[in-house]
Amino acid sequence: MRVFVPISVGGWARLFSRWDILAVLLILGFLVFLATASRNLFQPLAELQRSPPSLDPSNLPEYAARTTLRMLVAMALSLLFTFTYATLAAKNKMAERILVPLLDILQSVPILGFISVTVVFFMALAPGKVLGAEFAAIFAIFTSQAWNMAFSFYQSLRTVPTELIEASRNFRLSPWMNFWRVDVPFAMPQLIWNMMMSMSGSWFFVVASEAISVGNTTVTLPGVGSYIALAIQQQNLVAVGWAIGTMLIVILIYDQVLFRPLVAWADRFRFEQEPGIIAPRSWVLDILRRSRIIDRLTRPVALLWRKSFRPKKADVAPPAEQAQRRGPSRITFQLGLIAIALGAILLWQIGSFAIEGITPADVGTTLLLGFATFIRVAVLIALASVIWVPIGVWVGTRPHAALLVQPIAQFLAAFPANVLFPIAVSGIVAWKLNPNIWLSPLMVLGTQWYILFNVIAGAVAIPAELRAVGANFRVGGWLWWRRIALPAVLPYYVTGAITASGGSWNASIVAEVASWGDEHLQADGLGAYIAQQTDAGDFHRIVLGIAVMSLYVVIINRVFWRPLYLYAERKFRLG
Amino acid sequence: MSTALLEIHDLQQSFPKADGGEHLVLDGINLALAQGQIVGLLGRTGSGKSTLLRLIAGLTEPSSGTITYLGQPVLAPAPGIAMVFQGFALFPWLTVLENVQLGLEALGLPEAEIRKRALAAIDLIGLDGYESAYPRELSGGMRQRVGFARALVVHPNILLMDEPFSALDVLTAETLRTDFLELWGEGKLPIKGVLLVTHNIEEAVLMCDRILLFSTNPGHIIREITVDLRQPRNRLDPQFRDLVENIYVAMTARASATPQVGAVTERTTGATIDTMLPRVSANLLSGLVEALAAAPYNGKADLPVLGDELHMEVDDLFPVAESLQMLRLAEVEGGDIKLTDTGKQFAELSIDDRKKLFQRQLLSSVPLAAHIRRVLQERANHVAPKSRFFDELEDHMSSEAAEGTLRAVTAWGRYAEAFAYDDDSGTFSLENPS
Repeated sequence: MRVFVPISVGGWARLFSRWDILAVLLILGFLVFLATASRNLFQPLAELQRSPPSLDPSNLPEYAARTTLRMLVAMALSLLFTFTYATLAAKNKMAERILVPLLDILQSVPILGFISVTVVFFMALAPGKVLGAEFAAIFAIFTSQAWNMAFSFYQSLRTVPTELIEASRNFRLSPWMNFWRVDVPFAMPQLIWNMMMSMSGSWFFVVASEAISVGNTTVTLPGVGSYIALAIQQQNLVAVGWAIGTMLIVILIYDQVLFRPLVAWADRFRFEQEPGIIAPRSWVLDILRRSRIIDRLTRPVALLWRKSFRPKKADVAPPAEQAQRRGPSRITFQLGLIAIALGAILLWQIGSFAIEGITPADVGTTLLLGFATFIRVAVLIALASVIWVPIGVWVGTRPHAALLVQPIAQFLAAFPANVLFPIAVSGIVAWKLNPNIWLSPLMVLGTQWYILFNVIAGAVAIPAELRAVGANFRVGGWLWWRRIALPAVLPYYVTGAITASGGSWNASIVAEVASWGDEHLQADGLGAYIAQQTDAGDFHRIVLGIAVMSLYVVIINRVFWRPLYLYAERKFRLG
Repeated sequence: MSTALLEIHDLQQSFPKADGGEHLVLDGINLALAQGQIVGLLGRTGSGKSTLLRLIAGLTEPSSGTITYLGQPVLAPAPGIAMVFQGFALFPWLTVLENVQLGLEALGLPEAEIRKRALAAIDLIGLDGYESAYPRELSGGMRQRVGFARALVVHPNILLMDEPFSALDVLTAETLRTDFLELWGEGKLPIKGVLLVTHNIEEAVLMCDRILLFSTNPGHIIREITVDLRQPRNRLDPQFRDLVENIYVAMTARASATPQVGAVTERTTGATIDTMLPRVSANLLSGLVEALAAAPYNGKADLPVLGDELHMEVDDLFPVAESLQMLRLAEVEGGDIKLTDTGKQFAELSIDDRKKLFQRQLLSSVPLAAHIRRVLQERANHVAPKSRFFDELEDHMSSEAAEGTLRAVTAWGRYAEAFAYDDDSGTFSLENPS
């Protein structure tokens, strides 16, 4: 047994290995990034107005750092939310009944709606300071990241294999230890995948969250998003190009430095134990793992961490105490009552707030506008499906093409399509097209890729034997599509289409009103309605618009997507 | 006999049913585990032996009765009772060493002690050199060794084993059993008693000092058998063979001969609509009839011999035998299986004629099949939803059992062309697609 020495004592030959040097560079780089990005947080707001963002490309590194920091802070908050909310939902039957439907609804609330409603509140938290606006922006980004992560974690917790749960209980792991040793590791691969999706998705809202404007309150935080907003305002295409370039670089960097190492590291948490699957690798992770300095630095932390697993005296329990778990506890019952009471008060509050100054005609209008947006989303998803499903199947059944196209499709899904809106707007203006029709494609510009890469994944997953059967019996043409390709990719397609549909509703708030300098275009729809009311600062109608949109999304999910998903899973999931 | 490690009195376990009633899975269980004993719980799937093990482990609570471990009631997972799982239950994200250390960490031992004991256990169980491997890098046998090391390292008084060898191939399982028995015999294992759940008769005779035979519906102990043979035991030893034969006989005893005994006959003589049906494919039934009809059996076989020859364990063989008996194609008695005249006739027929004979047997001796057919004939459109029969069955059994029984009768009905079933709409009908 080795005795633990808190400094590196082995290997006198070299003071530092090259891995150490690289690791130190990585860490210093991260610290510099933090410092740059958080420098101006405590400035008074007035300072922002004195030095407004400029389109000088030399500002972009700092802007990018600040934007990224916001996204990372939001990601940390989302993780915290995920670990608490989803765990409570999965472990407590009573809480589950309230929390899961609540999450379902939160997911359907348009994210830009959150910004409009909450900005004033956050500004009031740190009056006159930049920090308040930062809170608002971070909260908006948080709302675009947290829900699907929480859902994924909740579902993972519900599917931990029974034998593992029994082993954990048999060896009497404390709840804290069980959470970190069993629950989190089991959920990790799926959670990281969802974190990547969330990070991608949140770019879309960065643009909206950094240039906040509700009624008379207008705050512009320095960042890539506000840079783009300014470029659009000044009709500066070159600046838009610079911003896009910066985003590409940022996405590339955090993919390499953050997500790839995470994916490679999380590979050990895969539950399926078949050997032979090629493990993902990451050079950053290799450096960190091989560096002795990192090893020495992290070891005490790891030790402390493990110490926290030790049972406290109270946990090493007399059995009698644990036996109290029998029967429904009074406490949960009372908690339930409190929750119901709280819900009733909230409902009353919202109701009375919303009803004030809202006529039935308003409700009718929003429902009608919602229907217009619904038609747009439906038609566009259908169109995108007709285009991308055949292409996805074609690509997916050719391994080389799939290797090439799959990452591109995923990148395009990460790319904030709203950056491209100005180009579309100038086109529509130039050719005098009907905005009601031609603004619509913008809604699926960013979301159609989910359909493509899910279908590719589905086509790749068609077992070679099934394809061989098709070839053997010379099944070709329409028959091949009908009997082999389409059924095989259906479950994957539905997953992609659900994401795409939800994203399109969200995007409608930006897509139905678009501007390029002085040119403002507008389509008739619920998204445009919410955007308008946000500009006007009419909170009653913002809430009404958001409520109606959530209603549409929830109903469509329940009535259409959920049954379709269950059907596809039951009937067409292979293996 | 020295003091008992574990005592169980009048244990009963039931699960709520959909209609509000109770489904009894264990009834009237009494047993004691003394120091230095390996006690086997032997029975078919569904006899509640795994449930019993989980009750002892404190993973669930009994409906009534008591379990006492060293004089203390077991109400939650107790220190000193460790379990080895059928599916290994290793944490794939922990290395071999970390998996083994898990239970010690939960005990809150000092770091140095944890390491020392974990390495000692790994050494003992023959896992040296695999400390830093992840479970997915190991073969099944090595994985189960980790399972053993993880359980032994906490120095439990009682080791619970839930079919620990059944997920392994024959050779690996045998090596692991021998190694375990050797360590146990030499007193190198830090445990005082073992409870082994198994459905493998030879495994039970090979390892156990006492065997408790379980019967199904509800699970209860039908017989206790003491194994006096010296270790190491030889499977070819006539005394060993006799014991195996006796257990087969006990498990297939005719209900008329020894009332309330017998896993096979109890449920098969005079089947009613609510009789649970085993899920055995028609192909397997035909296959066994053919094997029995041919030489060297010529219509009659000794079940242990047949099981050995066909590489079928009790859990595979009994449901087939039971189904043949239910369909009156064979008779099971005293550890033997014998084809009836109808069975012999069945073996000789062509595929189409077999189906006709099967239909006759099905409708005359499986009341549920006859019931479904009758309902379909009475209805004008000859269609009935599955839920109609499901609800009926659920009044008498758990919903899983109802689901399983309906699937079994559907499979037989399809083979016999007695009725058709459409899974998309969930309906039975008389029509076959033409």
